[in-house]
Amino acid sequence: MKPTDIGDPAYFHKVVDCQWACPAHTPVPEYIRMIAAGRYSDAYMVNWESNVFPGILGRTCDRPCEPACRRSRVEDGEQREPVAICRLKRVAADNKDDVNARMPRPPEKKNGKRIACVGAGPASLTVARDLLSIGYNVTIFEQDPFAAGMIRSQIPRFRLPESVIDEEVGYIANLGLDLRLGKRIESLAALLREEFDAVFIGSGAPRGRDLEIPGRQEAAANIHIGIDWLSSVSFGHIESVGKRVIILGGGNTAMDCCRTARRLGGEDVKVIVRSGFEEMKASPWEKEDAMHEGIPILNYLVPKAFVHEAGRLVGMTFEKVEAVRDERGRRKLVPTGEPDQLYPCDDVLVAVGQENAYPWIERDIGLEFGEWDMPKVDPVTFQSTLPQVFFGGDAAFGPKNIIWAVAHGHDAAVSIDKLLNGESLTERPSPLVNLVSQKMGIHEWSYDNDVSLAERFKVPHTDPSISLKNIRIEVELGFDRQTALKEAARCLNCDVQTVFAPRLCIECDACVDICPMDCITFTSNEDETLLRTHLRAPALNLTQDLYVADGLATGRVMVKDEDVCLHCGLCAERCPTGAWDMQKFLMQTTKAGPGCRPVAPARKAA
Amino acid sequence: MTYITKPRLHHPSLTRNEAGYTRRDYEGKISTLCAGCGHDSISAAIIQACWELDIEPHRVAKLSGIGCSSKTPDYFLGASHGFNSVHGRMPSVLTGANLANRDLVYLGVSGDGDSASIGLGQFAHCVRRGVNMTYIVENNGVYGLTKGQFSATADKGSKSKRGVLNSDSAIDLVALALQLGATYVARSFSGDKDQLVPLIKGALAHEGAAFIDVISPCIAFNNHSGSTKSLDYVREHNEAVNRIDFFPSREAIVADYAPGSVTDVPQHDGTILRLRKLHADHDASNHLEAMAYLQKHQALGEIVTGLLYVDPNPEDLHAHLQTVSAPLNTLNAGALSPGKAALDKLNASLR
Repeated sequence: MKPTDIGDPAYFHKVVDCQWACPAHTPVPEYIRMIAAGRYSDAYMVNWESNVFPGILGRTCDRPCEPACRRSRVEDGEQREPVAICRLKRVAADNKDDVNARMPRPPEKKNGKRIACVGAGPASLTVARDLLSIGYNVTIFEQDPFAAGMIRSQIPRFRLPESVIDEEVGYIANLGLDLRLGKRIESLAALLREEFDAVFIGSGAPRGRDLEIPGRQEAAANIHIGIDWLSSVSFGHIESVGKRVIILGGGNTAMDCCRTARRLGGEDVKVIVRSGFEEMKASPWEKEDAMHEGIPILNYLVPKAFVHEAGRLVGMTFEKVEAVRDERGRRKLVPTGEPDQLYPCDDVLVAVGQENAYPWIERDIGLEFGEWDMPKVDPVTFQSTLPQVFFGGDAAFGPKNIIWAVAHGHDAAVSIDKLLNGESLTERPSPLVNLVSQKMGIHEWSYDNDVSLAERFKVPHTDPSISLKNIRIEVELGFDRQTALKEAARCLNCDVQTVFAPRLCIECDACVDICPMDCITFTSNEDETLLRTHLRAPALNLTQDLYVADGLATGRVMVKDEDVCLHCGLCAERCPTGAWDMQKFLMQTTKAGPGCRPVAPARKAA
Repeated sequence: MTYITKPRLHHPSLTRNEAGYTRRDYEGKISTLCAGCGHDSISAAIIQACWELDIEPHRVAKLSGIGCSSKTPDYFLGASHGFNSVHGRMPSVLTGANLANRDLVYLGVSGDGDSASIGLGQFAHCVRRGVNMTYIVENNGVYGLTKGQFSATADKGSKSKRGVLNSDSAIDLVALALQLGATYVARSFSGDKDQLVPLIKGALAHEGAAFIDVISPCIAFNNHSGSTKSLDYVREHNEAVNRIDFFPSREAIVADYAPGSVTDVPQHDGTILRLRKLHADHDASNHLEAMAYLQKHQALGEIVTGLLYVDPNPEDLHAHLQTVSAPLNTLNAGALSPGKAALDKLNASLR
């Protein structure tokens, strides 16, 4: 196997599982250490820099970081749980001081370039933040009288208080944003005729999918499209719902719908999904929260008809199905043959998906559309076939979530900045990475290397008897500082890397003997497949790299399986020659501004 | 030396042995020896060997004297019996313990200072009595705790860290053990666990006096050029005469080798030691030749390692003394005092 190139910024980045999984590559262990140290404002700013909405995301993020977390692969026993990364982020937001003074100050003198963003959701706001702070003029057009897009319209208040949205949108507005609320863009062609140097479209996936089955028209008065209904609730147009409510769909919108219905007078609220409970798109914790509020989730029921009497919805019939695998291993839903089931209800909320819709983009202006009537967008540069028009967030590739919208926004901002500086969009400098030894003394490291054995702490909730009565009462209360400290201690500090210097190694085996996880092996080199089975402990997780180093006196190689390393630093403590060192990996993603310019040849030191 | 304790977390593939323990269950406290010490590797090898042999930790008594090596029993087998004795006196304490309770597995851990200087006499008598034990000397050629003076096993002509030449002749504990009648004699190297672990397993299963001299480089004081006990020197001059595989029974033997290249040595307890010859002219079953072989190759500047001599039918101290099979510490007053009639009969036989 070829020796590992640790000079490649991606190598150590990949070891930091959470950061690698985060679309915006937030340096998670870095801010968790800050929270442990009580440096909440610093932790907030590290987040703000990467993901723009720490307070919002700390409550609502889809948290791809958590399933990736190494902690869930190393814990003992039945309970193997990741660090509560998302909830720690909220701790930073909840406990920070006034951070206004730490926000960037846009240059006095603007660069004269004007950018238009369509839609004031997370993608556009991210583009605005990145570009405003380096001297661009940014105008956002939003059809609603409020900014923040789906963050405000679709996420219910009991999950996300409005004050948090106002605060975090405010930080961006304060950078000199020209925010045109209630201004709907009816024509892209018209917008392009205005004097903008680039246009970013972050208009989301605004159309909820409908369910065209018998009875839909007749019972229309009591059948609602989930996301439209949620936004009507958010903006106070709807204040009640029937006592018996059925929610169709198994995604996070369905979870928001059912929990909202419970708070607006729904007493018998149930979620009904076509496929199995396990296959539902909703995050496990959102399903848990719904069930915790007494909402049953019924599965393998395919909606057949809305049942109505005298023009009024009275129930729904469903066909019972089961999952069967065909000869090619594909899963199919096959009717069980049981009689259809009738569920009486007063209202139905349809949350079976969202779609993009671009009636306002003319098809003759050079902007090409592809499959499913979606614009053709470059997945790296976010550029459309019109060079000055960019897409991001749900508007680019269909419904995802906030953190993806933020990541798209960062990349689109880089593209816009490069375009308007006459540079190639595809030549994107790799991120800046830094490795710094954390050694403070013979047994002292600048991080807490004593691995906590604590199990994941639960976030306290408001009692349902209170929270179910008022839609504005937040259900999750967030960690208090003491619990946050204990939860933070569960973080393994995966960004503190084990860096090996073969020329210093005397092959004494001290690291091999001390490693609690049997990660390190000195052996003769062979193919990766063979090597993985010949280590001190087999390296069976193929998504995790082997760190291979040659140049040892005996001609063997050092192989470290990164999979379950605790980053406890014992290898480095037991190393007599300093061949192992614990070095903190800090990565700055390439942001719009000087960082995304081509790198000038390094000056030689005198 | 390390301040934090080794985290309890372990690799997901860690398995339990027949006794129900994982390898980690055989560990002890965290080592306070210098970073990189060969002794820690030997501790790891002992842990591995005991786990592989399915030994129940509470059936082991580990005894030691004084010195870096004698600190190590604290760092393995945390659930076993331990006795940290006076300098050089481990052999007599071990002999006494073995006499009192023959049912335990005895593991004596000592160093070159403890066994070749202050305790040389104790070492000699313990071996010649054939006490059923595994006697491991962690041999680094220096007094590490007092900052690296030559010990009695340092080779003549080798150089100290400060550049002083050693003018005294070395005591070769392996030659001594052979000469004194040890029935299982081996030498190994802390940096070669593939060799060391099976040797320890063989020794633990051997029912007689088993002695292993393990060259264990002192990284702090004896790992420089000019030393004959440095990692580099031992690696360069290591001549392994054989490799041994240890099988719990004849049925468990899996690997096949060309005839003539292997010798199977059945042990008393039904276990099988399989010797894979690396040096064709070495015969581990011949006491006289083993001694001659050792002398000859030592003169060539080679460090001969492997299982140098094994007697498949050893006799231990209890056999010599014809003690009862029950451990003496379990005998009650009735068994120990047979009464006046028995005494009268004995007296009569002596008249």
